[in-house]
Amino acid sequence: MKAKDELGQSGERLAADYLEDHGMRVIDSNWRCPAGEIDLVALDGAALVIVEVKTRRSRRYGDPLEAVTAAKLQRLRTLAVLWAREHRHVMGVLRVDAVGIIMDGRSAPSIDHLKGVA
Amino acid sequence: MGMGRALAVALVGLNGHVIEVEADIGQTLPAFVLLGLPDASLSEAKERIRSAAQNSGIPLSRRKITVNLVPASLPKKGSGFDLAIVMAALNAAGDVRRTGGTVFLAELGLDGRLRPVRGVLPAVLAAISAGCQEFVVAQANLAEAELVAGARVRGYDSLAQVAADFDADPEHLVFSPADLTGTAGGGAPRLAAADGPAGDTALADLSEVAGQGEARLALEIAAAGGHHLMMMGPPGSGKTMLAERLPGLLPELTDEEALEVTAIHSLDTTKSGITALVRRPPYERPHHSASTASIIGGGSGIPRPGAASRAHRGVLFLDEAPEFDKRVLDALRQPLESGELVLHRAAGTAAYPARFQLVLAANPCPCGKATGKGIACECTAMARRRYFGKLSGPLLDRVDIQLQVNRVQLSQLSDTGQRETSAQVAVRVQMARAIQAQRLRPFGLVHNADLSGRILRGPLRLGGKETHLLDRAMGAGTLSARGYDRVLRLAWTVADLQGRDTPGADDVGLALTLRQRGEGL
Repeated sequence: MKAKDELGQSGERLAADYLEDHGMRVIDSNWRCPAGEIDLVALDGAALVIVEVKTRRSRRYGDPLEAVTAAKLQRLRTLAVLWAREHRHVMGVLRVDAVGIIMDGRSAPSIDHLKGVA
Repeated sequence: MGMGRALAVALVGLNGHVIEVEADIGQTLPAFVLLGLPDASLSEAKERIRSAAQNSGIPLSRRKITVNLVPASLPKKGSGFDLAIVMAALNAAGDVRRTGGTVFLAELGLDGRLRPVRGVLPAVLAAISAGCQEFVVAQANLAEAELVAGARVRGYDSLAQVAADFDADPEHLVFSPADLTGTAGGGAPRLAAADGPAGDTALADLSEVAGQGEARLALEIAAAGGHHLMMMGPPGSGKTMLAERLPGLLPELTDEEALEVTAIHSLDTTKSGITALVRRPPYERPHHSASTASIIGGGSGIPRPGAASRAHRGVLFLDEAPEFDKRVLDALRQPLESGELVLHRAAGTAAYPARFQLVLAANPCPCGKATGKGIACECTAMARRRYFGKLSGPLLDRVDIQLQVNRVQLSQLSDTGQRETSAQVAVRVQMARAIQAQRLRPFGLVHNADLSGRILRGPLRLGGKETHLLDRAMGAGTLSARGYDRVLRLAWTVADLQGRDTPGADDVGLALTLRQRGEGL
């Protein structure tokens, strides 16, 4: 496995733990379909939450959340519908969250959780 | 988190408007939105600001920052808003305290240093009259901003220093962007600009002019009464030399005038910076190939001032006047009339003061040889007519003194006797100005040149004994009604220079000789 994928994996695990700690229930991760991939799927109360996780080692190339573009958010909404259809989830409230993580390997990772970005 | 505010100034021409910069931080993905009609260079502020803040150790919020420049309907341009925007954004994030009534005027470098901007003087003037008193500028603009009475100005080298003064946490601040002492906006050699455009005429002294007794007198009268002057003569007769010496005869600018002039020069893109008020009357001599926009002002967006405005309260010298584009010459009629240039463009209207003293120089004909009997002249009659046809009647109507300048004789050139210096003449000019100012105050005027025919033939009417010569010339058809008024204006200035209360017949006679039109005109 490439180093960058490893970093992404550990970032997503970290994000899942973080969300569970903050009262959300993670019900799926790394769900793939021909249209793309969802990092995490969670439930926050009745709301279905699609979570995009971005992990970086430093802010040298900008904040991880800056990498979440409008096109990406649009795709996530499409994927949310596909995910709900496959899992026969009755869609109530849909929300897209973004989690930015900085892991420089020296200090404790910083986690930045933005709710309802799309 | 939440809202942040800071003040800046938007210049439309010389008029400043205090702009409130609002910054709001929203809980969404990182972005920077700039609202309020920014132009291209102002839109680029987003990128400059992010880098500058990052490199100063106080990164901007990693959320969506929305900045609004109020009033949003006023078009804004340039980089002078950088500091105000970053301070508003930092204030919104709680990184610095509220900035209150402080006005920020500086551009940011990517490393966080503050760079000087143009137009600081008019901006500070406008903000003061709008009730602001505290200013933060780049170090290189400090001297200029401090010229305004009542302004409390602080100059800084870097964003970190400004932030520290507004209670940012000093622990993370990066104070010295790489070699800050280096070229902070060309900080060092700024002294030369202090004497401004008069610098090149400061060395020109009247004592260097050999002979030319009549021209020297005309120059003195022009300086004393603020009369426009036209010199006609063959090449090499010293027209340019004489014109260059006119600013040296004019009195120093008053405080108010100096602020006006310095404000215009503060907008000038060719000057490096201003450290002192321009005290000497400016001198502008555009080349005859100059475009209309370069003389009266222009450019895309909000028009910038041209040579006529840069010559405000000074001298505008048009050498080879008939070679200028006719449109350029005619465009000068508005400022000659109103002392102001109002430039209308789609993006807005700018008004620049342009109360200059006009000096025109012309050869007697296109080839320049039509002097004396004019035997050597190669020009056709048509060419000569066309040459002076450019100088329209309405323009020349405003030129009180029309003088023939002849070549200097060898005997005059080698005469090394004591000649009057500019300083000596300037003393007489100063006295004459004081006398006329007192007489003209009831009419709301300053110079004899501004006297209208209504006043000249009304409250200031001369007796028949004094105007005898004029009446005869007019009767003979050699003097028009306008010419009559012009001679009267000159006569008053001649009398002022002599210290007489009212012009005598001699003064009128001398005035009459100063408006002889040259051959061909």
